[in-house]
Amino acid sequence: MNSLISKTFSDVKKENRPALLTYIVAGDNTKKKSLEILKSISNHADICELGFPHNTPIADGGQIQTSAYRAIKNGIKINDVFSISKSFKKIKKNKPIILMGYYNMIYQYNENKFLEKCKKSKVDGLIVVDLPYPENRNFASKCKKKGINFIQLVSPTTSQIRLKKIIEDSHDMIYYISMLSTTGGKLKSSPKKILEKYNKIKKQNKSKNVVIGFGITEKTIQSLKKADGLVVGSAICKEISKSIKKRQNAVTNVTNIVKRLKNKIL
Amino acid sequence: MKLKKKIPLIDQHDGYGFWGGKFGGSFIPETLKKPVEDLTREFSKLRNNKKFLKKRDYYFKNYIGSPTSLVKLENLSNHLGGAQIWAKVVSEANGGAHKIYNATVHALICKAMGKKYIVGDTGAGYAGKMLSMAAKKFGLKCKIFMGAKDIKRQKPNCDAMRKNGAEIVPVYSGSQTLVDAVSECMRYWVSNCDTTHMCVGSTVGPNIFVKICGWSTAQISRELKIQIKQEFKKIPKKIKLINCVGGGSSAYGFWSEFIDFDKSQVELVGVEAGGPRKSKLHAAPLSRNAKIGILHGAASYVCQNNEGQINETESISAGLDYPGVSPIHCFLKDTKRARYTYATDEEALKAHVMVTKFEKLNPSLEPSHAFAEAIKIAPKLKKDTIIIVNSCGDAKKDRDILKDRLGKN
Repeated sequence: MNSLISKTFSDVKKENRPALLTYIVAGDNTKKKSLEILKSISNHADICELGFPHNTPIADGGQIQTSAYRAIKNGIKINDVFSISKSFKKIKKNKPIILMGYYNMIYQYNENKFLEKCKKSKVDGLIVVDLPYPENRNFASKCKKKGINFIQLVSPTTSQIRLKKIIEDSHDMIYYISMLSTTGGKLKSSPKKILEKYNKIKKQNKSKNVVIGFGITEKTIQSLKKADGLVVGSAICKEISKSIKKRQNAVTNVTNIVKRLKNKIL
Repeated sequence: MKLKKKIPLIDQHDGYGFWGGKFGGSFIPETLKKPVEDLTREFSKLRNNKKFLKKRDYYFKNYIGSPTSLVKLENLSNHLGGAQIWAKVVSEANGGAHKIYNATVHALICKAMGKKYIVGDTGAGYAGKMLSMAAKKFGLKCKIFMGAKDIKRQKPNCDAMRKNGAEIVPVYSGSQTLVDAVSECMRYWVSNCDTTHMCVGSTVGPNIFVKICGWSTAQISRELKIQIKQEFKKIPKKIKLINCVGGGSSAYGFWSEFIDFDKSQVELVGVEAGGPRKSKLHAAPLSRNAKIGILHGAASYVCQNNEGQINETESISAGLDYPGVSPIHCFLKDTKRARYTYATDEEALKAHVMVTKFEKLNPSLEPSHAFAEAIKIAPKLKKDTIIIVNSCGDAKKDRDILKDRLGKN
């Protein structure tokens, strides 16, 4: 695939560093504010993940739950998420954007309509937390037909046989969940162990870009910089919550965090 | 969509775990794939293992106290006129409700899998209380996830859980009721699935949990079939089996042996929580025609908005206060084998008052919803119609609510 996502990975490889992926919840804490944050952090992040919030998120920890509930409370709708993506892409057309969320939202919107809308809003990839392999095969192939990357997840509990099949069915990017945890947990596996499993995935197919997420913070990011990419989500959502509480400018604060994260992996 | 005969309903799903091609499944994060697969393999082994079945039957008899009795509610029937009303007093089971069957089986599975920790969710507190009892009995460490609102309104069951040595983890997110407790319990399992077994408190959740729970509560139905034959010599020509439906575990357990019968002979009636009379919130996805959605790892009819956000629900009965429902009940609804309706908070309260006035029976607010339907239809039916209500919980836990609403102890 000559996707924007794979181009980004090959660009950062030339710079001899991992890609930095950031996650924020669309509409946190308002539609306008989250677009501002997105625009600002994208000056430092290589790929931007944008969550479409769900009120029963079974795989998210406290920080992302808080962001999601806040966004929903402030009235964010799925069409707003698309319009954020579209506005963002107007000024940053070369920055990949990945939508992330739970399957019920896509199911209610209608799979085909959802993908049509993704295409129109220039969405590059999709992560659906509760649609694992092989249940996702049909939807993943629909994504492929539309030129949208369906990003498979792999976890420490994924068996070798499953791993092989998942990689075969994956597109340009694979997301490795670093540990048994919801998002935002404290990194409880050693970086060495995480990279061991990461290498196992890479060994299956070197051409796939594998990113590591869950438990990545300013403290831990450096120890994992051998990966193709690293995802930071909860640490950013936490900063948004903190800024709101302290009545500070979330855009500046979050951008500073992302800048610091980037410096650690250069 | 069609029901098959002679195959337990819990086994009538396809390779992906869907009943009728669209209800159920396993919409779970990748991390849970392996523990769910392990559990699925273990359960299919255990349910065919004679030693395990012997153990189950031993504990059902000697620990739970099976069989629970089937009694005629003579006074209530006479007062209402019309059909004969009977009750299967499942609340006689150890702990005071049907939840003990599922809890005991999960504790046995947990032991068989060599895990020392067990976690579970609870609404009314019965699932939690029973799991804490079973954990204590089998030497397991137990954590119960419970909405903060439910902890307040079901104090007697919380006291029991703590007495049994379980830790209650209060859940403050969302509506602070069962829906949030189930989410939080699943999150905990995502983080601890290598050492911990999870018990889902009803016939909801990923496919395997629907199956284990249904397999456990089906004991109620096996007993009932024998008892009916003893009472009436054969299965009478007109029976109505009325059961409340929250997640739907007691209803499935009450009905499972009778699903193959023609509905003109054995009618299955499920009663959901309609909520306060004037409230727009309800917990009745089947009878108030909610759309299909995905909640807690399964596709079922779910109270939700157009976007797919799960609605808050409201019911006087914590055990029925849940926006989703078992996929097997969705299947029974769409195949028209069962009929689903709802009772409001007020109707359930009135039914509770009437039953306790006429009978030596103290049904909790959950089965009071089923009694409300029985009371509504009995006078219109002939004497040869047999109504059997599953009185699946005891009202001791509702002490505070009843006092508040009725001004009595």
